[in-house]
Amino acid sequence: MEASLSDAALVARCRTGDENAWAELVNRFSRYVFAIATKGFGLRADDAEDVFQEVFARTYQHLDRLRDDEAIRPWIAQLTRRLSIDKIRAGSREQLSDDDIEPPDLDDTFDRLDDALAVREALGELSETCQEILDRFFARDESYQTIGETLDIPSGTIASRISRCLAKLREIFEGRNPAAEPS
Amino acid sequence: MTETFRYDEERLAALLRALPPAPEGWVRAAQELPRSRRELDDIVAKAVADEAFRLALIEDLERALRDVGYEPGLLPLEELRRRLSSDD
Repeated sequence: MEASLSDAALVARCRTGDENAWAELVNRFSRYVFAIATKGFGLRADDAEDVFQEVFARTYQHLDRLRDDEAIRPWIAQLTRRLSIDKIRAGSREQLSDDDIEPPDLDDTFDRLDDALAVREALGELSETCQEILDRFFARDESYQTIGETLDIPSGTIASRISRCLAKLREIFEGRNPAAEPS
Repeated sequence: MTETFRYDEERLAALLRALPPAPEGWVRAAQELPRSRRELDDIVAKAVADEAFRLALIEDLERALRDVGYEPGLLPLEELRRRLSSDD
């Protein structure tokens, strides 16, 4: 049920102490935070884990202070950015400014990750099987054989299922984002 | 049109690849924050009420927690240290 809530509704539920809502909030943004820390800033696993846990600890602690519940995503993005910069600075012998630390293409990375999050939202409207197949193949980098064995599907049909599921995802994504339609 | 379609599917695939899952243990620890916060509050309250327990925590935090049945790996230890020192 929590998975279908808007970001604002989810934040409001978290604020009431609903632990299932909190678990969904973490689930919803965990990949995003992980990607900003590891892909945006190139943090090593141990540093990325520190940033990851601190982002959610502060989010949990400061939910009451959020001015606009719908703005939780950009708020989490900026918090992850800030904590990643602090982590890099703390591990450096030199005195580094934010500009020294931020990768030059960081804004592009954020735009891309925002798009990726929108695609994941659209993914949630597909059948469970399609969601599993696309996530396992593209995001988890699993082989046809592994996917077939896990989902009990003949591995010889995985490629065609991926193609069909991607086409459905495209329909849904374009339906949610009319500007994304080809001209 | 066919080329645009293929490109768009490729783009969707690339965007799916852009968000691999975070390690399960990290996600689980973050999801358990409400529980770990409650435990943190309990530990601090016990430390305030029981001087011997407070001293044991200061001497060897992880061992003292294990001795009373807590799993230190599931607790925000840095914050607990901060709170114990601020209660000095």
